[in-house]
Amino acid sequence: MNIEKVIFSFFIVLALTLNFGFFLGDIDNPAHHNVYELYAAIVVNLIATVLKFGERTQIGAVLLATSLVADLQLIAAALFWTIATQTTGGGLTPATMAGIVALSGGALLANVISVVLLIVDIATLRR
Amino acid sequence: MQARTRNRVVFLILRRMRVPLLVLIGVYAISVLGLVLLPGIDAEGRPYRLDFFHAFYIVTYTITTIGYGEIPYTFSVAQRLWMVFSIYLGVIGWVYALGALIALARDPAFRQVLVAGRFATGVRRLREPFYIVCGYGDTGSLVVHDMDEHGLHAVVLDIDPDRISELTLEDLSIFVPGLCADAGQPDNLLAAGLKLPLCAGIVALTSNDAVNLKVAITAKLLNPGLRVICRADTHDTEANMRSFGTDAVINPFEAFAKHLAMAVHSPDLYLLYSWLTQTPGQPLPLRYQPPRGTWLLCGYGRFGKAVQRHLNFEGVETVIIENEPEMTKAPKGTIHGRGTEAVTLREAHIDKAVGIVAGTDDDANNLSIIVTARSLNPNLFQVARQNARENDALFEAARLDLVMQRSRIISNRILSRISTPLLTQFLREARHQSNDWVSELVDRLWRLASNRTPDLWTVELTPDGAPAVHAALSGNREVRLGTLQNDARGREQRLNCLALLLKRGEELRLLPDDNLALAPGDRILMCGRPGVVNQMQWALVNASALCYLQTGEWRAEGTLWRWLTDR
Repeated sequence: MNIEKVIFSFFIVLALTLNFGFFLGDIDNPAHHNVYELYAAIVVNLIATVLKFGERTQIGAVLLATSLVADLQLIAAALFWTIATQTTGGGLTPATMAGIVALSGGALLANVISVVLLIVDIATLRR
Repeated sequence: MQARTRNRVVFLILRRMRVPLLVLIGVYAISVLGLVLLPGIDAEGRPYRLDFFHAFYIVTYTITTIGYGEIPYTFSVAQRLWMVFSIYLGVIGWVYALGALIALARDPAFRQVLVAGRFATGVRRLREPFYIVCGYGDTGSLVVHDMDEHGLHAVVLDIDPDRISELTLEDLSIFVPGLCADAGQPDNLLAAGLKLPLCAGIVALTSNDAVNLKVAITAKLLNPGLRVICRADTHDTEANMRSFGTDAVINPFEAFAKHLAMAVHSPDLYLLYSWLTQTPGQPLPLRYQPPRGTWLLCGYGRFGKAVQRHLNFEGVETVIIENEPEMTKAPKGTIHGRGTEAVTLREAHIDKAVGIVAGTDDDANNLSIIVTARSLNPNLFQVARQNARENDALFEAARLDLVMQRSRIISNRILSRISTPLLTQFLREARHQSNDWVSELVDRLWRLASNRTPDLWTVELTPDGAPAVHAALSGNREVRLGTLQNDARGREQRLNCLALLLKRGEELRLLPDDNLALAPGDRILMCGRPGVVNQMQWALVNASALCYLQTGEWRAEGTLWRWLTDR
């Protein structure tokens, strides 16, 4: 067992699960979406991105790309949240919440691709 | 290749950046989360919690040691405790990350990759034809230096880092990219531009025959149109290189020995060689008359053997002096000794000899041989082999009749092949001419050159090389060779130049006559005083000047002038 591979896969899967946890629930209901979960998803996604740095294989490059997409979407969601609650004063209306969750949904898709690629990589490796 | 190198740099940076970046992310994540979770007290004494945005804001300015203060309200004790912790954690995290980055920038592997990338970019930026020179030793550096003087571009590969740093210190007028790499690796040759359209040829001069061979075969396989000039120390390698079409193979010992034999046997031909192959503008070596008789030859290594063979072929008798006759398989009658002691030289009957060749591979010994021999027989014709270029001053001070510097001779030979390919053909033809012919030519050159090595240039009667002449010839007007050699400022005056060789198709004409009618496509090898090439340019490029040279009249050029003169 390669401990490096364990950590690598752990963070990639954790990024997906946290992202999924945040995404779960009614799209426009703020009570269903926890800000701490979004925070954790961003941090874990960033860690997963850095772990993918320096992979010279083709699949490594695509993995890095999906991670960057997820980062971008999640950070956009966080910015959206901040602007809504801090500046306009409107607070978390259902419309804003739907926007934030939609962005995290995009990130979720990227994370799903990432995990699928990881599984494909492992599957081809075994053969 | 360039993209690959750059990729390697990026991957190397990213890989090394992993841990520092993870540390930073961890530090920020912990600090922000703690700040959000810990309760604070607002102005009215009510408990509140910072939101993520403000927590991130505070952490950002605090752990980069900027410090804007406690916002939006004064911190509670719990928050302050957490800030103390985060500050230490954050500053340590940043110091570590920056340290890792700086260490990365100083890492030898990383620098090597950067240097290789810069080299590849430098090669691709070259906008003129260039030659790849493999091996920057004594000969290699001379070749590059001379190429620079001729305005030719070069790219250097050498396995020794010291030599590459020498190259960067060299005072060259043209930028010469150099890389410390094994020329035997095809990848490195590709990085040096082997497959680029501007690459004109490759010169392999490393001291390792196997590497030179590898370079030659790589070049011939990857870019068959390339001119390949190689050094080969053994006949085996030489034959091997020729077998796959290497354009020129130079065996330094052989070439050097041939040169020396020529200097002893046919001094005029030797002068012709050295005058025409020397860097232009240098003082001409004077004429000399080597005596006929028995020569002493000190040193019977690879060089000595070649010299002896060539001298014997020319009918010159030699006595060999060698320190290790068994090891070098010296012939019978060889005098045992180094030649630096008077005893050995006397044993070799130095009093009856007419000349001495100090040809060992040690410069100090060679000088010592000459000095000892001179005291025994002052009338000797003294020839010494100079191995290292840094001993120039010593050999000059010794005032020898002839100094044979190997790297100089090889470099001249290579350069004449690169810069004026016609010259090699001319010299080959000249070797088969009679002594009188050569001697007369040397006389003419001497009068022409006025004690400076003449300039050599090739005139090509093509639309690009000589538009005016080519247009005239295409219009069925006759142009004679002599016309081109007159001065466009006054056609009674002849330019100080001489046509050495005319090449028409495959036909070669030595010293073509002034009355020879030129034909389109002719290539003429000219030699003359420095600067004459520019004056000749008038006749080649300017139709009016050519017309003046032919008829003695300046024809009106513009429509208006033509109309006026016609009236």
